[in-house]
Amino acid sequence: MQKDIAKFTVKYVQVVDEKGNVDKKLEPKLSDKELRDLYKWMVLERTFDNTALSLQREGRIGTYAQSLGEEAVHVGSVFATSAEDWIFPDYREHVAFLMRGVPVRNLLMHWGGSEDGMNLPDKSNMFPVCIPVGTQTLHGVGVALAAKIKKKKLATLTFVGDASTSTGDFHEGLNFAGTFMAPAVIVIRNNHWAISVPRTCHDAEWGGCQTRAETLAQKGIGYGIDYVQVDGNDVLAVYSVVKKALDRARADKGPTLIECVTYRLGPHTTADDPTRYQDPKVLKAWLEKEPLRRFQLYLQKKKLWDGKFEAAVRAEATKIVAQGIVEAEQHKPKQTDMFDHVYAKLSPNLEEQRKEWQD
Amino acid sequence: MARLTIVEAVRDALDVEMGRDSSVIVLGEDVGVDGGVFRATDGLQKKYGKYRVIDTPLAESGIVGTSIAMATQGLKPVCEIQFDGFTYPAFDQMFSHAARLRNRTRGKLTVPMVLRFPYGGGIRALEHHNESPESYFIHTAGLKVVIPSNPYDTKGLLIAAIRDPDPVVFMEPKRVYRAIRDEVPENAYVVEIGKANVVREGVDVTLISWGAMMRETLKAADALATKGIKAEVVDVRTLSPCDYETILASVQKTGRCVVVHEAPRTLGFGAELVARIQEKLLLFLKAPVLRVTGYDTPFPYFKLEDAYLPNPEKISKAVEQVMKF
Repeated sequence: MQKDIAKFTVKYVQVVDEKGNVDKKLEPKLSDKELRDLYKWMVLERTFDNTALSLQREGRIGTYAQSLGEEAVHVGSVFATSAEDWIFPDYREHVAFLMRGVPVRNLLMHWGGSEDGMNLPDKSNMFPVCIPVGTQTLHGVGVALAAKIKKKKLATLTFVGDASTSTGDFHEGLNFAGTFMAPAVIVIRNNHWAISVPRTCHDAEWGGCQTRAETLAQKGIGYGIDYVQVDGNDVLAVYSVVKKALDRARADKGPTLIECVTYRLGPHTTADDPTRYQDPKVLKAWLEKEPLRRFQLYLQKKKLWDGKFEAAVRAEATKIVAQGIVEAEQHKPKQTDMFDHVYAKLSPNLEEQRKEWQD
Repeated sequence: MARLTIVEAVRDALDVEMGRDSSVIVLGEDVGVDGGVFRATDGLQKKYGKYRVIDTPLAESGIVGTSIAMATQGLKPVCEIQFDGFTYPAFDQMFSHAARLRNRTRGKLTVPMVLRFPYGGGIRALEHHNESPESYFIHTAGLKVVIPSNPYDTKGLLIAAIRDPDPVVFMEPKRVYRAIRDEVPENAYVVEIGKANVVREGVDVTLISWGAMMRETLKAADALATKGIKAEVVDVRTLSPCDYETILASVQKTGRCVVVHEAPRTLGFGAELVARIQEKLLLFLKAPVLRVTGYDTPFPYFKLEDAYLPNPEKISKAVEQVMKF
């Protein structure tokens, strides 16, 4: 005897198409101000990103990971959170910090080579940049478990990239989330690339890719948790889906895995040269789908965007970032700082080594 | 006062701290309904409930990674890894995050958690159940490493570890889990982290050890005494931070030293002790400092484990060499 004992489908959500046309049934109920804010945050991230790239080229900060093209994933997701929710980035979600009240100064201090940058303001409710990708999945789930144990109504939002879905910690995280019904939302920012290794397999029988799975969203199936795929260049789709997932999590209805399909329009980091492995035609096609232009068209149709608004938004973003540069470049960490935050209290070893340094 | 074994002292410490502080939680594989494979958490789930004594899926990185995050939220997770050899899957979380979150955020996020596990050989166990991985943890800035050798210290040090503001790796000598019984006070008390203990005074040679090897070292000291050699024995107790003051004072007094540990010799903690001793005490030394340790091999299957492990004979032999130098 044989029979089907379970069946699965994967849902895909898009609210605004590439020409700026909206699906009225799915359009979230946001005020004009909120819609314009979404756009402002995306412009701020792009402005920060372009500026940081220039600073790196001028040798004023170190290696930098761009967010170019992925703004809708970051802005849509974070816009959907409540202030008490916790956020777990990897290293590309610059605007997530800014939306949580972290000054530009901190980001540039971080990328400029000082731990002081990730001493985040109280109530930002964010973990610091996490470079070992995938490991932060467990932190997002862990804080969700702590909230459940302490009976606090909050959810967690964790960002991972497509490559993180290959790591053990990602899978352990989803499994913990499922078994404990953790109020956790995990957003996969599928930007199609892990440095040079593509998300999708092009060789029929031998690796060279991240996974042979048709979607990354379906990885939720194995853990009995909710899952969905979203157009990651559509800020309204990302916002709507993440909002629903966070509300559901806070109502004790369980975790959700959300795959946002976007594209890394820049290099992996400033140390990478994507022309070695990327087809320029594919890049060009994705450039046409980038998130800011699409949302601009949508706002224009709603008479919420014009040239004057654009100029004002860009000027404001430039001002915020410029101020951050001035502040960050004034920052000078003390040489002995490296010893003072390893433990709550200096160990005798460190005391000796700290003195050695001062002598 | 109750007479407890080491594993009973572990359970007692957890019970006392959980009763005193509702932020203390226990998590791991089989720690709940089953009470732990060594019974170190016996009855705790019944007493404190499923939200505080948590049976997790079998995933060590998952246990440690979620504990790190919970520790940043005002909880004090004590996670149990079932055996020494299964701490390895959790190394990334321990090294990359538990050890570094305080430094990475300049003190904004801290990780007051305990990673406890039974360690070491000599119990006729399967592969991966006999390891002494202390050096990996000691080498990692941001972690503390504690290894008790008797029931009294076990309770006091575990309570100190739970109350510590930083992540503590707490390694329990499973070979002597039930071999020793001691008077253990019923109340909560603390044995300070960072203090070694001179457990036997002597003038001829200093023997330094910790954990399960303390029993072998003390047996050797007894045997040496019958030959007229008075050995001073130091139980290091906390390997990071290490109490070099006590250790160096003893070696300065005796002028001779043998370090005993069951971890492999190369870059075992003995290597660091020897380096310190020669840096500070070269002119006081009457002989080279020797090490009696496990060999630089994988821990052998149990037909050969007695050959691998330090024992009183090997220790006595090293001491005689040092005395004759």
